Amino acid sequence: MIDIRDLRVRFGQGADAVTAVDGVTLSVREGESFGLVGESGSGKSTVLRAVSGLNDEWTGRIAIAGTEQGPKRQKSFYKLCQMVFQDPYGSLHPRHTVDRILAEPIAIHGLGDANGRIDRVLRDVGLGPAFRFRYPHQLSGGQRQRVAIARALVLEPRLLLLDEPTSALDVSVQAEILNLLRRLRAEHGLTLVLVTHNLAVVANLCDRLAVMNRGRLVEEMTVEELRRGAARQPYTLQLLRASQGYDRATAEGFRDYA
Amino acid sequence: MTDQKTADDTPLLDVSNLRVAFPTRNGVTEAVRGVSFTLGREKLGIVGESGSGKSMTGRSILRLVPSPGRVTADRLAFNGEDLLAASPRRMRDIRGRRIAMVMQDPKYSLNPVMTVGRQIAEAYRVHSKAGAAEAKRRALEMLAAVHIRDPERVYDRYPHEVSGGMGQRIMIAMMLIPDPDLLIADEPTSALDVTVQMQVLAILDDLCSQRGMGMIFVSHDLNLVASFCDRILIMYAGRVVESCRASELHAAQHPYTRGLLASLPRIDEPPGDLPVLSRDPAWLEA
Ligand SMILES: Nc1ncnc2c1ncn2[C@@H]1O[C@H](COP(=O)(O)OP(=O)(O)OP(=O)(O)O)[C@@H](O)[C@H]1O
Ligand SMILES: Nc1ncnc2c1ncn2[C@@H]1O[C@H](COP(=O)(O)OP(=O)(O)OP(=O)(O)O)[C@@H](O)[C@H]1O
Ligand SMILES: [Mg+2]
Ligand SMILES: [Mg+2]
Repeated sequence: MIDIRDLRVRFGQGADAVTAVDGVTLSVREGESFGLVGESGSGKSTVLRAVSGLNDEWTGRIAIAGTEQGPKRQKSFYKLCQMVFQDPYGSLHPRHTVDRILAEPIAIHGLGDANGRIDRVLRDVGLGPAFRFRYPHQLSGGQRQRVAIARALVLEPRLLLLDEPTSALDVSVQAEILNLLRRLRAEHGLTLVLVTHNLAVVANLCDRLAVMNRGRLVEEMTVEELRRGAARQPYTLQLLRASQGYDRATAEGFRDYA
Repeated sequence: MTDQKTADDTPLLDVSNLRVAFPTRNGVTEAVRGVSFTLGREKLGIVGESGSGKSMTGRSILRLVPSPGRVTADRLAFNGEDLLAASPRRMRDIRGRRIAMVMQDPKYSLNPVMTVGRQIAEAYRVHSKAGAAEAKRRALEMLAAVHIRDPERVYDRYPHEVSGGMGQRIMIAMMLIPDPDLLIADEPTSALDVTVQMQVLAILDDLCSQRGMGMIFVSHDLNLVASFCDRILIMYAGRVVESCRASELHAAQHPYTRGLLASLPRIDEPPGDLPVLSRDPAWLEA
């Protein structure tokens, strides 16, 4: 479903330039759920933004569903691939109702039956019709995140990219969102790519994962390997240790991997 | 409520029957409904679902509850001093220098038109009367201490030019630079990867154990709070429904706490649906 070869993304010019993504090669199969983890600032969001066409300053090769992608995407691309952003508070227009938020992509893509589609997608994400005419500030954090997911799903994409979809949510709401994503995947055969800091979330939802550090993909593993702690790279081993909870002595032993 | 007092037996913080209420068009919303605890030179965790009143509890200690919110308490004392009776001028003095708070959303708390380095340096100068060069040197040290790579480069950035994880560390640096006695940290590390998170927590831990700072740590991450803090309050609908030693969180008794723990995914468990909370009206009165 996704095939990335030697992806590179740079920001800025001259002495101020940063190489945010430094030669990433990665593929995700149709129907697979794939986790992307790693250091803060290592380029995870930048990879997602390049794949979804939000960033056009990249080099390398990106193919989605067998089609080679250029820097600019056509409208039809967004029927295939949608992204859910990290911040459930910032990504919804504060003065638009849920109905209007969901109607907009339908209108942009000239699809019919807006009414039926909105009704179905709200049910899909576990929000009844009662939520349809509410404003974002009248929803809880978890409900807002469901609306953001509904907005991505309303075009019935085959590929969903999620950037930290649960990090701002409490643990019970996180469980609701993870259960929802699992059900959508089973019912619609969705392919999922999930960026997160939480390895337990990856273990719950994904089949495979990749670990990034300083713009590079340092290791790929299956979730079975993750569960057994069977990592090969020192950076990944450090990440696994850090996931076991706080320990002062363990923190002392951490180092930077270049 | 457990009473864990400091050696000289005046607690750093003494809170009794704290209430926060917001008048709205449809009556009064009670965000905090009678919270009591004392804090010594220790790390106190506050956990609980979204909207349970964690942030409002933290903000009311600094009298930073937004209007039209009203704060009342039978007692709200810092080092024996009544915070509810303190003048606005006295509160400004306490805020920052004696009690610092890392807010939940760092982007809103930073001044968007001043470089992050200058903001940290100013925070130092307000309380220390240091010269500009000295303040800059201390600010750069602080940025390095919170594991910001390349502090010189980051010093000259504006808030919108740093990532979420960097913003959180900048806020922490700014709050720690005046060397407060009490730090209230509201989800201070939620945007950090687990390795950097642990390194930043180690700094806070050392300030508590070596300089006797007290700390209130608000977080959704139950495992993190259980391993990092000394004691935990579990909040539901504006009340503390249970409190325990951090190391005993996993043996907590209240069905709400048990429900939160059950909904956590685990790295060593196979994938599958997670239990979600079903709320019991009786918890409101607990
Ligand atoms: N618009 C931009 N201008 C300049 N630099 C940027 C921009 N966007 C990202 N960067 C830089 O690119 C690098 C990678 O950022 P990215 O947001 O992809 O990291 P990330 O892995 O998603 O981190 P986090 O876990 O903190 O979200 C960082 O060094 C960041 O500062
Ligand atoms: N200005 C306001 N007017 C009315 N109610 C408010 C206002 N601000 C906050 N509240 C309510 O106060 C309650 C407690 O909010 P608080 O921010 O303390 O929750 P929290 O436990 O920190 O949640 P989270 O984990 O989502 O940050 C919530 O139910 C919230 O809706
Ligand atoms: Mg990111
Ligand atoms: Mg809060």
